[in-house]
Amino acid sequence: MTEQNEKAAREEKQPVKMVTSEEIKNQPQTIEQEMQQKQKQQEQQQYAALAKEKNPPRPVFLNCVKAFVIGGLICVFGEFLRQMFINYFGFPVKEAANPTVAVLIIISITLTGLGLYDKIAQFAGAGTAVPITGFANSMSSAAIEHRTEGLVLGVGCNMFKLAGSVIVFGVVSAFFVALIKYFIMGGNL
Amino acid sequence: MQKHGKQTWVFSTPPKLIDGAAVAGPDEGKGPLAHDFDLLYADLWAGEKSFELAEKKMMQDACDTVLKRNQDKPIDFFIAGDLLDQIISSSFTARELQVPYLGIFGACSTSMLGLALAAFLVDSGAAKYALAATSSHNNTAEKQFRYPNEYGAQKPPESQYTVSAAGAGLVAASGSGPRITGATMGKIVDMGISDPNNMGAAMAPAAADTIYQHFQDLQLTPDAYDLIITGDLGQVGHEITKELLQQKGIVLNDQQFVDCGLLIYDRETQPVFSGGSGCGCCASVLYGHFLKRLQRRELKKILVVATGALMSPLSYQQKETIPAIAHGVVLEG
Repeated sequence: MTEQNEKAAREEKQPVKMVTSEEIKNQPQTIEQEMQQKQKQQEQQQYAALAKEKNPPRPVFLNCVKAFVIGGLICVFGEFLRQMFINYFGFPVKEAANPTVAVLIIISITLTGLGLYDKIAQFAGAGTAVPITGFANSMSSAAIEHRTEGLVLGVGCNMFKLAGSVIVFGVVSAFFVALIKYFIMGGNL
Repeated sequence: MQKHGKQTWVFSTPPKLIDGAAVAGPDEGKGPLAHDFDLLYADLWAGEKSFELAEKKMMQDACDTVLKRNQDKPIDFFIAGDLLDQIISSSFTARELQVPYLGIFGACSTSMLGLALAAFLVDSGAAKYALAATSSHNNTAEKQFRYPNEYGAQKPPESQYTVSAAGAGLVAASGSGPRITGATMGKIVDMGISDPNNMGAAMAPAAADTIYQHFQDLQLTPDAYDLIITGDLGQVGHEITKELLQQKGIVLNDQQFVDCGLLIYDRETQPVFSGGSGCGCCASVLYGHFLKRLQRRELKKILVVATGALMSPLSYQQKETIPAIAHGVVLEG
């Protein structure tokens, strides 16, 4: 290529149009596009109604009863453990909760490891999601699941995949509850 | 090959599906089709150290079963896809096979997408023998798309159970076996379903669209087929598809319109909710069950439509709706 040609080629190149996100967002829609969108929305609404009609009904009331009974039984069992630690192992009332929690966690993790916890949970629903056992299950199940990716990047990184949000929002809500208490009770925490 | 109507290929020298193999896991082995599989695994590990490797082993075993029975036929192309990120089960199987490999992704529609492409290659003369395969594994799919397997989350009744199975089919220019006479390639249909637990409802409109288009393109009525088989719609999706087709004037009865996701398990005794799902569902039922029935001449002409939900775990967390697709293949005994 001669020098002249090169120069000509450079001059011929038109600058490429660059659009900002603002321009894209404010682009006016044609009437046709609007009509199409409306029609699609209508179709989707109609379909949602059909899909809802064909979906098997969720046994909400039965699920609530099951969750209440199983969740309640777990709590009763926890109370039984607590009384046992107070009466037979000589724990003071205030400290008996700690070994109780530890035993519930061990049971929950063992059931998870044996592949039973998810089957119980399918029956019990929210009943087995009660904080201690559900939390232990979410952590141990994630740890088992990602064991093949190694201890650091697999188990370590993924253990809090599900439980992490409980901690984040638990801490955040605890902060606000403490703040409210501070203003109502005036610093006498 | 000729294109008929909008979306349908009609093969001028119909390739033959000369052989097929299906392997499946323990739950499928307890189902009504247990005797149709070539190999069953007693557990989901399949002797491997991770579930991902177990899925690859399943696909490998399905392919090896076909290849062993057809040692005199050199494979020109291997077309495969699966549900895992970057379709690793397929690519790792291709690493062993050492033949030109076309990796495809169509979610659960992969089985028929692969078969249609294999038939297309053979019909066009680009290949003499093409092997199409796909697989899915309950634990790898749960891990990738939902929660850890042992996590105690309650599943709703409309959810589906991912099939642990793999299927491979050998397409050839000549030989004995059912002819692949046509294929209807689907377009994306998204009717606004965003719940990843409700795949049947998300995929049903795509299935109805492809089946309707197939009849339009070929100017046929459902009477032309002994069976119209969907891949993995489950109870919910299957019923919706029937209803949608009825609205368009295509009436199918229950004897003629069946779903692999409903055939592979016994929903009365197995906890599979709305039915089976996954790439391996349609592939293993076609290559294990229906291929044998075609070979025995019990069935003369069938249309197999595999449906896929083309979302990712990231897309539904970002509240995107689920784009669905369906591809149909015609097999004549």
